[in-house]
Amino acid sequence: MNIHEYQAKQLFRQYAVPVPEGDYATSSETARQVAESLPADGWVIKAQVHAGARGKAGGVKFAKTLDEVAEHTEQLLGTRLVTIQTTAEGLPVESVMVENLNPIKDEFYLSLLVDRETEKLMFIASAAGGMDIEAVAAETPEKIINQAVHPAAGLQGFQCRNVAKALGLQGAQAKQLAQVMRGMYQLFLEKDASQIEINPLVETENGDIIALDAKINFDDNAVPAHPDILEMRDQGQEDEKECKAQLYDLNYVTLDGEIGCMVNGAGLAMATMDLVKFKGGSPANFLDVGGGTNAEKVAEAFKLILSDGQVKAVLVNIFGGIVQCNLIAEGILAAVKEIDLTVPVVVRLEGTNAEQGLALLDQSGLGLATAENLNEAAEKVVALAGEQA
Amino acid sequence: MSILIDKNTKLICQGFTGKQGTFHSEQTLAYGTQLVGGVTPGRSGQTHLELPVFDTVQEAVGETGATASVIYVPPFFAADAILEAVDAGMELIVCITEGIPVLHMMRVKAAMAETDALLVGPNCPGVITPGECKIGIMPGHIHQPGKIGIVSRSGTLTYEAVHQTTLQGLGQSTCVGIGGDPIHGMNFIDVISRFQDDEQTEGIIMVGEIGGSEEEEAAEYIKQHVSKPVVGYITGRTAPPGKRMGHAGAIVTGGKGTAEGKVAALQDAGVEVVDSPADLGEAMIKHF
Repeated sequence: MNIHEYQAKQLFRQYAVPVPEGDYATSSETARQVAESLPADGWVIKAQVHAGARGKAGGVKFAKTLDEVAEHTEQLLGTRLVTIQTTAEGLPVESVMVENLNPIKDEFYLSLLVDRETEKLMFIASAAGGMDIEAVAAETPEKIINQAVHPAAGLQGFQCRNVAKALGLQGAQAKQLAQVMRGMYQLFLEKDASQIEINPLVETENGDIIALDAKINFDDNAVPAHPDILEMRDQGQEDEKECKAQLYDLNYVTLDGEIGCMVNGAGLAMATMDLVKFKGGSPANFLDVGGGTNAEKVAEAFKLILSDGQVKAVLVNIFGGIVQCNLIAEGILAAVKEIDLTVPVVVRLEGTNAEQGLALLDQSGLGLATAENLNEAAEKVVALAGEQA
Repeated sequence: MSILIDKNTKLICQGFTGKQGTFHSEQTLAYGTQLVGGVTPGRSGQTHLELPVFDTVQEAVGETGATASVIYVPPFFAADAILEAVDAGMELIVCITEGIPVLHMMRVKAAMAETDALLVGPNCPGVITPGECKIGIMPGHIHQPGKIGIVSRSGTLTYEAVHQTTLQGLGQSTCVGIGGDPIHGMNFIDVISRFQDDEQTEGIIMVGEIGGSEEEEAAEYIKQHVSKPVVGYITGRTAPPGKRMGHAGAIVTGGKGTAEGKVAALQDAGVEVVDSPADLGEAMIKHF
C-alpha cells in the first residue's frame, strides 16, 4: 500500500526524522494559510499523488509571495498529473503540500528496504542524491553503499557511521544522520513498511539534515494489523478496477491491451498474459481468481474484465486441481447469461473434470470457443480479437 | 528414491481442525500419506478425522514420532507455528499459508539459521512424491510415479508441468513448490542439488517467475554442478515494473528480477527455456 508524501512526513515526525516545516492543503485558501504560518522567504508547493518524478512533470512549483502560493495551488488542484511513473491518464491531484524553502548545501539518497538476497533490512545510501537511484546503480555502482541490519541485533551505531562516512558527513551532521536512520528503522519495524525512501535527504546551509521528500510503501499482508496506516489509504490514487477486484478477493492488475484474461493461480495468470503476447496479442489485465475458485467468483471476474471498454476478446484459462472444471463451466455459463456478452470468449479447461466442463460449454449454444491446449487457446483468442478490430 | 519425503514419512498437521486443515487432511489421508495426528491448541485429547489432536507440536512429536509438519494456520499465526515446529525438532516443515507479513518471515529465517530443519514455503502448494506421500494442497490424481523432479514458485504452473510429464509417460520423482513469497524456505538450489543426487530423478523441470535473483543463482549452480537435463520456464515477461503480480514476491523493482535476465542466465547455463508452459513436457521427452 502507498501513502502520500504528506502522510509519510507525518510518520517521519512521529519517529523524529526531521522534515521541512509545512502542511498539506486541499484548497488555495488553506495553502495560503499554511504558507503564512511558515517563517520563510519562499515556499514549495508539491502535488500529492502516488507517483514519483513529479518535478519534471510540473507537479512541483516554487512561490515567492503568498499570492503565488495560492495561484500555483489553484492550478494544480483538480488536474491529473502525468509522470513517467503513472499511466497516460495520470493521477488526480486532490491535495498539495506547502513547505518552506530550505537553502540546500548537499543532497543525498537514503532508503531502507527488505533485501531478498540477505533476507534482512538493508539501508541503501548514495552521495548522488536527488537523482534516479536506478541510473546511479547502473552507471556508477561504486557510489552506492549498502548496510544490512541483522534482525536479532538491530541497527548498530557503526552502521550509521559507515553510511555517514560514505556520504562525507562528520560531527553534528553524522549524528543527525544516525537519528534519521534510527527513526526509519523503528518506523519500518513498527508499521510493517516494505520500503522507505528519502530522495533527496539534504544538508541545509544551516547544517541541518532533513528529509526533503518522503516515500513509504507498506506490506499489504501486514496492513490489516495497522488501522492507523489503513486509514491513510487513498483509493482515488488507485486503479478503480483493481479496488473493485479486492472486494471480491480477486487479484487484478490493469494492463493496456485488448485481450481480457481470467486464470486460476498467479503463476498461470502471468504465463497466460505472456503467451497472449507471444502469439501476437496484448493482454488487458492480470487476473487470478484463486486456486480454490467458485462459480460466483468467476461471474464477478467476468463482469470486471468486460467493464474495460478496450477488451476485444476474453481468454479463460483454468487448470482444475482441487477445483472442478465442470463447476467452473457452470459459473461461466451463468455469468455469460447474466451479462450481455458482446465479445468472443475462448475457454481452456484442463485437469479435474475438464471433459465434462468443455462438453457443457460446447452444448450451451452460447458460441463460446473451447480449447484443451494452452497454446491453441492463446492462438484462438488472438485471432478472434483481430477480427473484432 | 525420492527427495525429502517417501512412504515412511510420518506427518502431523498444524491448524488441523480448521476448514483448510480439515479439507486437505482428508485429501492427504485419501492419497495414503501417513498423517498421524494434528495440533490445535486447546483441543488435546480430542480426535479429528479419527486421528489424535494435540495442544502442542512437542506433544504431537512425543506421542506419534512424526518428523514432518504441514501448516494451515492463518497468516498472522504462521510464524509462531513454523518456529514451534522447528523447536519440536521437525525435520521438514511445509507451510501452505498465504499472506504472511514479510517481516515475520525475516525473523523466522534468522531464527532458523541455527537449525537443520528444512522449510518449504510459505505460500506454496507443498511437496509430493507420487504414489508415496502427499503433503499440501496439490491434486494427487494428476501425478504419476516417475523420473522427473519438478521445482516451482507457482502452484498452478507446477500442476501444468506435472500434467504434461504424466501425459508423456515420464512421471515425477518428487515435486516441490517453494512458494511465491519474497522470503521463504528452501530455494531452487536447495531442491535442485537434491534432485542431482537422487537416483530416481533423471530430469529436472524448474518453473520460475519475476522478482528476486534465485533463478539467476540456480543457473550458476546448474552450470557448475548439474549433469541431468534441465528444462525451464520463467513467467512474467509482460508484467509491468513495480507491480505485484498476485504473488508477494512476483515484482520487478529497480530493473532487477526481470524475466529476460532470468531466461538469459538459464540459457547460458545450458537450460532449455520454453516460451510456453504447454511445451515443458515435449521439451523434456526429447532427452529420453
